[in-house]
Amino acid sequence: MIEVKNITKKFGSTLVLNNISATFLSGKVNLIIGQSGSGKTVAIKSMLGLHEIDSGTIFYDQRDFSSMKNKDRQIIRKEIGMVFQGGALFDSKSIEDNLMVPLIMFSNMSKEKMKYRINFCLKRVNLENVNHLYPSDLSGGMQKRVAIARAIVLKPKYLFCDEPNSGLDPYTATVIDELLKEITYEYKITTVINTHDMNSVMQIGDHIIFIKEGVKKWEGSKNEIMDSENKDLNKFIFASEVFKRLKSLS
Amino acid sequence: MKIFILIGKYFIFIRKVFSRPSSFSVFYKSFIDEVFSLGVSSIGFVAFISLFVGAVVTLQIAYNLENPLLPSYLIGLATRDSIILEFSPTMVSLILAGKMGSNIASTIGTMRVTEQIDALEMMGINSASYLVLPKIFALVFFNPILITFSMFLAIIGGWFFGEFTGLCSTTEFLDGVQYFFIPFNVIYAYIKTIFFALIIATLPAFYGYFTKGGALEVGQASTKGVVNSSILIIIFNYLITQLLLN
Ligand SMILES: Nc1ncnc2c1ncn2[C@@H]1O[C@H](COP(=O)(O)OP(=O)(O)OP(=O)(O)O)[C@@H](O)[C@H]1O
Ligand SMILES: [Mg+2]
Repeated sequence: MIEVKNITKKFGSTLVLNNISATFLSGKVNLIIGQSGSGKTVAIKSMLGLHEIDSGTIFYDQRDFSSMKNKDRQIIRKEIGMVFQGGALFDSKSIEDNLMVPLIMFSNMSKEKMKYRINFCLKRVNLENVNHLYPSDLSGGMQKRVAIARAIVLKPKYLFCDEPNSGLDPYTATVIDELLKEITYEYKITTVINTHDMNSVMQIGDHIIFIKEGVKKWEGSKNEIMDSENKDLNKFIFASEVFKRLKSLS
Repeated sequence: MKIFILIGKYFIFIRKVFSRPSSFSVFYKSFIDEVFSLGVSSIGFVAFISLFVGAVVTLQIAYNLENPLLPSYLIGLATRDSIILEFSPTMVSLILAGKMGSNIASTIGTMRVTEQIDALEMMGINSASYLVLPKIFALVFFNPILITFSMFLAIIGGWFFGEFTGLCSTTEFLDGVQYFFIPFNVIYAYIKTIFFALIIATLPAFYGYFTKGGALEVGQASTKGVVNSSILIIIFNYLITQLLLN
């Protein structure tokens, strides 16, 4: 469980996160949704300490991450997997070596066990025979899946994904959503996903936080979201024709 | 004022770089990779430049010393000294600052803007040390080898072209090269080289590491890294020479 209390983040004089509080549950898919530029990426980067917050607190299972020194944060970071918006694969390394980096650094496995684990994780994201290819040899969707495989290779307790299915076709996007959901339930991970894709919201949103211009405007589950009376939220959800029609049907 | 903030930031960065690697086998592997990708790949380039500049230096000295009163071994001697004292350690380092510096700044800058550095940090890895320390060791180890190689080739180039153009015979040239040889000059050259290697490895890395934005900014970081390391090399060349040769 991750608890965020009253976090505020400014860049210069622009307020990007304004007093956000939220709880992210373990074994659940937690979503942060909002328009482009609403502060989703900044929110998760702040939770990870990649941006220093200006005020507020962040707890990882009762451990006060926000007031920790870098050294202690690194201990928690070893329990975190992160899928970046652009994948962030190491482009000078092969796919296998990309997954190898965290394993070599932080596990005492033998080479064989590592390879076994790598193949297991790649298979988990439906990739095979890509071990010796380089990131530039793969399609965008495959790169995203490698990034997910890399994020779970050390069996994280917390998994963060920044728009894991943006730029993908609807089918592949669904596959990735399902995958993230399965992994979350299977390993009881606290998963936090940024998205502005309403399909993902309806498919996997156990717990949803809606932010607009850095302010949390709504919180709930996918079952509640369609019937919410929140104006800002409705404007966001029913921007697309498909969801407008859905609304009129229900 | 800005410059002091920059210098402060640089030294904080350096302190982060010089922390103990969390895995020595990983460090050793990256070190070997860097020796090849930064150092060994520069051999051909350095050889080409050294041969021709050695030739030009000899020819110019020969033209300027065309005076029957001056002993002919002076050509070899002056060539040797200008190559060992200045050309190989300083000029070649400047050229390497361009080649290696732009490579280092753009590699690290690209890793920054594509969030690869964030990814390393998220794995609990000290990204500065992981990325930069192997490069520093690689250059401090390999640049002296490159410079030695450059010295030999430049002198060979001078000898060959002197003989070829008939401006200076082989015996005269070799006499000159061996005449009144001061071993300390070579040590001085190595001290400079190592100092310059530290600049070439760290300054472009610093600019790359703190790149913000996208591809355009990576290019700017690379330019800044190369220009500022060249300026620093020139300044330190002066300071070290003042200190060691006076
Ligand atoms: N490093 C930074 N320095 C200054 N401003 C920043 C920085 N990073 C983000 N911002 C600003 O913060 C705001 C929120 O950006 P953020 O990247 O979190 O949006 P987002 O919700 O992730 O959008 P998208 O869906 O397009 O990824 C934007 O206005 C952006 O300009
Ligand atoms: Mg974003």
